[in-house]
Amino acid sequence: MRPFKYARATSEAEAVQLVSATPTAKFLAGGTNLLDLMKEDVERPTQIVDLTRLSHLAQIRPTLNGISIGALATNAQVANHPLVRQNYPLLSRAILAGASAQIRNMATVGGNLMQRTRCPYFYDTAMPCNKREPGSGCAAFHGLNRMHAIFGYSDKCIATYPGDMANALYALDATVKIRGANGQERTIPIRDFHRLPGDTPEQDNNLQHGELIVAVELAKNDFAKHSYYLKVRDRASYAFALVAVAAALALEGDRIKQARVVLGGVAHKPWRSTEAEDALVGKEATEANFRAAAEAAMKEAKPLAHNAYKVELGKRAIVLALQRAMDETI
Amino acid sequence: MNDKNEHPSVNDGDLESLSADEEKLLDELGLFGAARRQFLGQTLASGLGIFALQLLAKEKALAAMTSPDAVLAQNAASGDAIQVTMRINGSTQILTVDPRTVLLDALRERLGLTGTKKGCDQGQCGACTVIVDGRRVLSCLTLLASCEGKEVTTIEGLANGAGLHPMQAAFIKHDAFQCGYCTPGQICSAVALLREAEAGEASYVTRNLRTITKDLELSDEEIRERMSGNLCRCGAYPGIVAAIREVQSGRQTAQAWHFATQEEIAAVMNDKLLREGRSDETV
Repeated sequence: MRPFKYARATSEAEAVQLVSATPTAKFLAGGTNLLDLMKEDVERPTQIVDLTRLSHLAQIRPTLNGISIGALATNAQVANHPLVRQNYPLLSRAILAGASAQIRNMATVGGNLMQRTRCPYFYDTAMPCNKREPGSGCAAFHGLNRMHAIFGYSDKCIATYPGDMANALYALDATVKIRGANGQERTIPIRDFHRLPGDTPEQDNNLQHGELIVAVELAKNDFAKHSYYLKVRDRASYAFALVAVAAALALEGDRIKQARVVLGGVAHKPWRSTEAEDALVGKEATEANFRAAAEAAMKEAKPLAHNAYKVELGKRAIVLALQRAMDETI
Repeated sequence: MNDKNEHPSVNDGDLESLSADEEKLLDELGLFGAARRQFLGQTLASGLGIFALQLLAKEKALAAMTSPDAVLAQNAASGDAIQVTMRINGSTQILTVDPRTVLLDALRERLGLTGTKKGCDQGQCGACTVIVDGRRVLSCLTLLASCEGKEVTTIEGLANGAGLHPMQAAFIKHDAFQCGYCTPGQICSAVALLREAEAGEASYVTRNLRTITKDLELSDEEIRERMSGNLCRCGAYPGIVAAIREVQSGRQTAQAWHFATQEEIAAVMNDKLLREGRSDETV
């Protein structure tokens, strides 16, 4: 690991100021991604600003219209908070699908949103990678791309966003609350938080340098009764998704009033399928209708050399996730 | 040793044959009297006793050597060094370190607590699992600097004097390890898992997240999911699950293995002699 200066922030303002002052400074929360990338020499910060003492940022509290989750709340705290389990079980299950118990005890909500891709070429400093080193090329495009995107990629980058929590946050229309360098707060709807790679894959999201995520806010919704997070992996647990599905339905009588289908492991950001959602609204919750929604979701998929399997796998995963969302024993 | 479930006993002759170094090591490990006999019985019987003691002696010696870290820490001119005060296994420790130091390396290289193992060193194997403020974490991805004021428990801090932690005893009873390298991490992880289940914390395979209560009794499926952050390349998983199930449920289960009886050893030897065409020599 390269040398860096370490500072323990005692206030949000101090943290933002310290990182803003140095272009190569980074915030540190759980460290589960940043420390790993520093050991691999992919991330090379010269200044680390430790946020972990800002305990007020770890609070989870009810708001007038839902819930506010502090950016430093750990994955384990969020997944097991009674309000989250009761009103947003989709979020609980998505978080629990990620990583391991140890990592969920360390990783935070803010850090999870900032998680970088697990593309093996991003990690391999001997290979070109536009995300790691802009302009160097994309080794994955003509390389081994079994794990890569089938939606929204560019010739500059075909990496996927690896997280699970954010897929649920997309389905639940979360808002990300941010504190900027000038001390002002702003909010970004979660759907505008992450970016597609385009010509600037080095930018994972729309935060400016020095901006600090302080909370994630969720409004009330009608999805608590019928939602499920399905994660399909190479092994039963503790692996990144080949395909993941955050599925949520709100019913009115026999008909679907509102639907959310968000796919993970298929794009540079959580991939919300409005095509699938539109196919579901107004219909009954039947397997045939779920299949039609799955077909609609995958219609525009553009698989690469090694990941065409994700199209059929994705369809089956969508159907199964919707079925489990309707199964009240699960 | 004909009784299937009886631990092999160690007589005084075996204990007297230990070298002074080995005696000292067992003293340092806090194993005296009956506990020492049991430890030696278990390790000697599996043919690992002396080998294990040599390994332990080597680790102790390595831990006592001055590390590059220690040299750096003593360098007063190093203005970027940071001082961290924390509690480790019940005692206060103050370390001055390079900011790059992770908890795993501090434990092993600075404090001589080599029970915590370095596997992948990048958060993928769980061998370095320790318990910080009651929660299991990966020490390889934890900056020591972020441990200021924290309470750290390692595998060395689980036993109560000469008495093993129930999870340690269950791992031995259920043959929950082979090479043993992942075992400290497995046990720390399993001990923390008990508290999580008691608090009603869920896993990905838990049903009905909206109606969970406290004091969960975990199925084998639940234990496997909750322990998926600890890899075991020897594949001792069935024993690990059995050990955790026993401690978590509080219900004793029969040990599924036993030391070979005289008859079983004779049968294997006779089979070998027969295959070699030496049937006249069978015992």
